[in-house]
Amino acid sequence: MILINTTNYFGQLVAYLSDQMGIGGQILAYVIVAAIYLGFFALAGLLLVYVERRVAAFFQLRLGPNRVGPHGLFQTIADALKLLSKEIFGTNRKDNLLYKTAYYLVITASLVSLSVIPFTQGIQAFDINVGVFFISAVSSVGVLGILLGGWGSNNKYSLIGGMRSGLQMISYELSSGLAVITMVLLAGTLQMSGIIEAQRDTWFIIKGHIPALIALFIFVVAGTAESNRTPFDLPEGEAELGAGYHSEYSGMGFAYFFLAEFINMFIISAVGVTLFFGGWLAPFHLTDALPWQPLWGALWFFLKVAVFIFFMMWFRWTFPRLRIDQLLTLEWKYLLPIGLVNIILMAVLVYYNVLISF
Amino acid sequence: METVTLNSGDLKSQEYFLNMGPQHPATHGVLRLILTLDGEIVKNIEPDLGYIHRSIEKQCEYEGYKQIIHLTDRMDYLSAHINNEAVALAIEQALQIEVPERVKVIRTIMGELTRIASHLLWWGVMGMDVGALTTFMYAFRDREMINDIMEETCGARLTMSYSTPGGVMFDLHPNFQKRVKAFIPHLRKVIPQYDELLTGNVIFQKRMKGIGVMSYEDAISHGASGPAARGSGVSCDRRIKDPYSAFATKDIKFNEVLYTEGDNLARYNVRMKEMLESLNIIEQLIDNIPDDGIQAKTKALIKLPKGEYLQRVETARGDLGVYIVSDGKKNPYRVKFRSPGFSNLNALIEIGKGHLIADLVAVMSTLDFVVPDIDR
Amino acid sequence: MSYLGDVIGGVKTLIKGMKVTGSYFFPNIINQKYIITRQYPEEPAIVMDRFKGEVVMWHNENNEHRCTGCQACEIACPNGSIEIIWDRVLNEETGKKVKTIDKHIYHLGMCTMCNLCIQACPTNAIMWSTNFHNSTYDRSNLTKVLNKPGSKLMAGVEE
Repeated sequence: MILINTTNYFGQLVAYLSDQMGIGGQILAYVIVAAIYLGFFALAGLLLVYVERRVAAFFQLRLGPNRVGPHGLFQTIADALKLLSKEIFGTNRKDNLLYKTAYYLVITASLVSLSVIPFTQGIQAFDINVGVFFISAVSSVGVLGILLGGWGSNNKYSLIGGMRSGLQMISYELSSGLAVITMVLLAGTLQMSGIIEAQRDTWFIIKGHIPALIALFIFVVAGTAESNRTPFDLPEGEAELGAGYHSEYSGMGFAYFFLAEFINMFIISAVGVTLFFGGWLAPFHLTDALPWQPLWGALWFFLKVAVFIFFMMWFRWTFPRLRIDQLLTLEWKYLLPIGLVNIILMAVLVYYNVLISF
Repeated sequence: METVTLNSGDLKSQEYFLNMGPQHPATHGVLRLILTLDGEIVKNIEPDLGYIHRSIEKQCEYEGYKQIIHLTDRMDYLSAHINNEAVALAIEQALQIEVPERVKVIRTIMGELTRIASHLLWWGVMGMDVGALTTFMYAFRDREMINDIMEETCGARLTMSYSTPGGVMFDLHPNFQKRVKAFIPHLRKVIPQYDELLTGNVIFQKRMKGIGVMSYEDAISHGASGPAARGSGVSCDRRIKDPYSAFATKDIKFNEVLYTEGDNLARYNVRMKEMLESLNIIEQLIDNIPDDGIQAKTKALIKLPKGEYLQRVETARGDLGVYIVSDGKKNPYRVKFRSPGFSNLNALIEIGKGHLIADLVAVMSTLDFVVPDIDR
Repeated sequence: MSYLGDVIGGVKTLIKGMKVTGSYFFPNIINQKYIITRQYPEEPAIVMDRFKGEVVMWHNENNEHRCTGCQACEIACPNGSIEIIWDRVLNEETGKKVKTIDKHIYHLGMCTMCNLCIQACPTNAIMWSTNFHNSTYDRSNLTKVLNKPGSKLMAGVEE
């Protein structure tokens, strides 16, 4: 049975407005929450694109965008405006329905996954008791979007990209799922806020020591693969396929794919932070006694996510791309067996309580 | 109700065509490969050439001998100097003029610098082709130093037109030796970094090893040359086989880098080691450049005696042959360039089959095509 | 144990690679130590003094050039980038008709910077300029007349 915890700020807003104005107020509250999330989606996406470009530039001895606004902060906004104003065109005999549905599926999937992520204490739109499971379920819908985009574009390169992406995402979902389950064994709950509460004293990365580290490794690899980033960017495969599944998209269609990719990276980092590094909890209870708890929580959360994202960017700008058969070898012959053994190890440790806790 | 049974034989996969290029990031220019694919496996490769054919050979028939040289810049633009040198050597051979020792040494140093620059660019682009995007900028940072050296002496960064029949255009710039001497230790320092970044990387090793194997016999029968053939163990370095310029007159010690595996990694390693060998060559020459003029006496209007002349040199990509037929007039009767890229492309058709698209890209990268060199 | 050895060895090589990129990233983010970008309009481009930008004709302060109109450059040019329109003009002092250039036309758009014209020039009338700001919206702007309007031959060059 799916239970939704509504004791957070968003839940209170819904309750208050529906008290005041009945069903209309409730709808208004939902619209407000949705608007907040959409705004966050766009802002975070644009900011991440900017950060990515800047970080990439520093890795590559370049400066990156630094002309528009202070330190080039508005560059991505300018790019977004440019993409908005571009003509939308595609191939001649594309499957119009699939072609157009594709990007909506992709962004919807990442937007919905965003809703279960606890940004800080009490800021979580959809605190569901199967939160982690919900994320991995919803993020699979994103694969569908990429597949449809690859198929609907009527381009062989797109098709190859879409097929590769299907193979890759479905395979790696297993591993990331296993890594998540390993950590859930420690928490005893699938609820995101519950997982964080369980880490109040000791973060899981320390509590679960060796299996937790292995799970983190698997999660990072699988997460990178799921967000289609180098060394797993085969669906795009710049040198091989041009741009892969989104090569036939222009204007905002392309921008949706692009933004969704970056938001996916954010989501994976956020899930990783929640599972391994205590979400919005302060390290060593540093800020626990201070006022404005939610703000401090948000600070720690975004700081941790930033570090996580930085590592994913570091991978991207260092490693070469894998080949499709090597990608599957890595998943089925290495990550999956290691992940399975790891779960057993963790279960044994949890059963005999060989855990580090303070 | 009718039951339908599916045997495994009923499920057939269909081969399909894919146009790789002329506009494709991996073909490094306007090469078009018509691939027959089964899924992602390449069944057949059919190169379609001519997208950047500028009929350089035909143009040469209407140019004077001095004027041919600037056209050869535009063939294999990454080893532009070596192309210039080849034509200049062919003309000198025909006129039987002995160029000053200084010219020979300058040409050799410039040629080796060009080779390093070409290999550096290849390394950067090779990284990009297999997905490591950062290699490109690192390689370009170091290549820029060579370009500066070239610009300072030759006045151009890429298409130098530096050799002329009987000599070189300009004398060396006073800063030349200083800059080259600064460059040598720099490259020696960064090549281990390159190795750490890309060569040693487990993903890269897995992508390269055993892919695109060109056997010794294949390499010979396709006429492959340069690093591509030396990766298969074919000793084909023109600098050793029929030495020219300073290789003929000076006692330069260097090793021909040979690998016998014939796969991508072997070709990759040949180029990486060749850069170091080129550094050795430069190091042996840079300190004592003779001082006996930069131009042998030639007539303002060169006329080659009747006959056929062939000069082979080792460019960064392999064996470049310049074949000139003269009927005694001021322009050649026929000029033929035997370009290394064209023969190496032949080998691709054989060794690229049976691999995945991603491997084909890597094989193309290790064969190091410059499309204007293939088409001319 | 080669299975686990493979995994660990592989991860080691990956970390090695990350160390290289990291060794550039962190100094760069602190003080942009290894940045090689030059921000062109603000920072001037480094142009070597021998850079072959375009062919120019040297004029002295009296608007005199050294071109005698011998057409050696026109003949030397491989692709016809140089056209010289000349005329025989009566020299008032000597009373002889002298070959004088009317226009020394230079098609920069066709020029391949091969240096043959400058090598061929017997009077050093033309030379390289390091100017490279030559981009225009119209190709016809690239056809230049090298001798300035009203310019004439410098005295003493003819010999």
